[in-house]
Amino acid sequence: MTAADDSVAIRARGLTRRFGKLVAVDHVDLEVPMKRVYGFLGPNGSGKSTTIRMLCGLLTPSEGEIEVLGLRIPAQADELRPRIGYMTQKFSLFEDLSVRENLEFLAAIQGVPKATTKRRIDELIAQYHFGDRQQQLAGTMSGGQKQRLALACAVIHEPQLLFLDEPTSAVDPESRRDFWEKLFELADAGTTLLVSTHLMDEAERCHRLAILDRGVLVADGTPHELTARLEGRTFTVEATDPRRAQRTLVDVPGVLGVAQVGNTLRVLGADGAGDAPQRMGQALAAAGQPARVVPAPPNLEDVFVAATRNGSVDRERAA
Amino acid sequence: MNWRRLWAIVVKELRQLRRDRITLAMVIGIPAIQLVLFGYAINTNLRGLDAGIADQANTAGSRALVLDMLATGVVAPVARADTPQELMAMIRRGRIGIGIVVPPDFERRRIDGREVAQVLVDGSDTAVQAAAAQLAQTPLDSAAPDMRAPLASTPPGGRISVVGFYNPQRRSALNIVPGLIGVILTMTMVLFTAIAVVRERERGNMELLIATPLSSTELMVGKVLPYVAIGLVQTSVVLALGVWLFDVPIRGSLLEVYLASGLLILANLALGLLISTRAQSQFQAMQMTFFVFLPSILLSGFMFPFAGMPKSVQWFAEVLPLTHFLRLIRGVMLRGAGLREMWGEVLALAAFTLLMMALAILRFRKRLD
Repeated sequence: MTAADDSVAIRARGLTRRFGKLVAVDHVDLEVPMKRVYGFLGPNGSGKSTTIRMLCGLLTPSEGEIEVLGLRIPAQADELRPRIGYMTQKFSLFEDLSVRENLEFLAAIQGVPKATTKRRIDELIAQYHFGDRQQQLAGTMSGGQKQRLALACAVIHEPQLLFLDEPTSAVDPESRRDFWEKLFELADAGTTLLVSTHLMDEAERCHRLAILDRGVLVADGTPHELTARLEGRTFTVEATDPRRAQRTLVDVPGVLGVAQVGNTLRVLGADGAGDAPQRMGQALAAAGQPARVVPAPPNLEDVFVAATRNGSVDRERAA
Repeated sequence: MNWRRLWAIVVKELRQLRRDRITLAMVIGIPAIQLVLFGYAINTNLRGLDAGIADQANTAGSRALVLDMLATGVVAPVARADTPQELMAMIRRGRIGIGIVVPPDFERRRIDGREVAQVLVDGSDTAVQAAAAQLAQTPLDSAAPDMRAPLASTPPGGRISVVGFYNPQRRSALNIVPGLIGVILTMTMVLFTAIAVVRERERGNMELLIATPLSSTELMVGKVLPYVAIGLVQTSVVLALGVWLFDVPIRGSLLEVYLASGLLILANLALGLLISTRAQSQFQAMQMTFFVFLPSILLSGFMFPFAGMPKSVQWFAEVLPLTHFLRLIRGVMLRGAGLREMWGEVLALAAFTLLMMALAILRFRKRLD
């Protein structure tokens, strides 16, 4: 192992998983750096969960090689397990156990030394604000509380690497912000985190991102790198009748996607179509729809649309 | 009523059913199995009961009498003994169900018109007791062709006496209660474990568990142990009620009653675990449990006498833990036998447990695929 490998937590080459005829993950190459929050962005069914399950040794890949924390997976999965934490998409703790009982159970399963177990649990209960509800049954808690408990349980043995599969999809915005605070605290303390999400605002928080679409890795980089590539290709269109304007714009050559955002339209232009604003203006004027086309800074949603559209206009996704 | 919607529901249900192979198997399998099982098992006309013979007279007449008894087909000779005491010991161990004793002074008794032979019977099974009574009706005609006339005047059946052991009043509760321990344990233990594991898979707990260093063996054994205690509590309840309500005796050691129950509990828990590695939902686990439960209750000898079933069915029943447990528990509770005397049954239960447990652990994968 070279010195450079110490900075890489996960490395995958040609990772593929088939379920019958369906190719859930299709030749994905990944490199996740240590001590960073790495995001997996993609819609439901894009292969995020399947990839995570393969990386932590729960699913056998149909093809490809995986190395996690220097271990070959799935062959050395048993050695990996004590070093990782895994937070499943569905709440997987025991709903009929209390907060403290769940923590006690996982501390025992994860082999937290008996002598330090009580101290560690008290510490987590304080850190994750369960002081007044440690006797409450997990099943009776709110979505945000459940996620906090799941995270506390996932880190009870202080794993080097933490997998989180859509951890905040059922959580209100405030709980989500608290939750991400915790994730950054963990990263600062030296934990590597791999977080899957289908929420753009969450993806923006990650240090690095991989975008998956239908099992294929379509883009990766830091959020800034990814958006910078689209500089000059994103516009806001202010029209009196946005719905009609959208139908007009979709047919304009060089327009990749049109999405309505409140009273305005967000338009993504094709690469190298620098005259797109003019052509959009002309088309709208020809259709008798007065409108204003203004350049706008690109965001991750644009990145996602650009990456998955392959230059062809897909009306269904634009709607 | 919207017929089109109604029809759509019907079609949807049929499609779902077609894809649910277990339910489909239950729909057809249960009536079929019940028909076949009941057809064989309801057979109170016992044949081929294991018998031991002690012919102490060993004269031409006594041998002819024994042969006549065997010719009825009710009993099949499996052991010879020299004394009635030896036969009683064999009954106690469960080796034979019926013993035939011809005393040394057979010829003298025949001339005197006294009882010429004795049928010893394990009365803890009322069906066997009835068969013994039938056996005692064997006429002495062929045994003494030259004495046909004088013997014909004595009423039949008076010359061979039946001595029932262990259940002189012929109360069926004596037979049912020990068996009930086994039946209840079979039903609940298999179901509990099967459900307990499958529920975790359904609720998503399993995905969390297999991502931890927890091993299959730890998980399986850990799942089973709490239910051993539950099973022993159930045993106690049935025992207490049996003694209190039906005066069922515990003639052997109470410790051995619990040891025997423990063996059955473990066997059933292991079976439940194996089911849980296959079942996808709690409902499926319940269905599979039923598949085990039905033959157990019908073929083990709980409902119908084991000896009355055809050989092939008996072989199948030997696979069921309940069959072996019934022999053990009836031996210990009703005949005062010790587990060491019935080591074969103990061994069978232990072997079943180990095999099922090994299969369950092998089948359980720490993978999702």
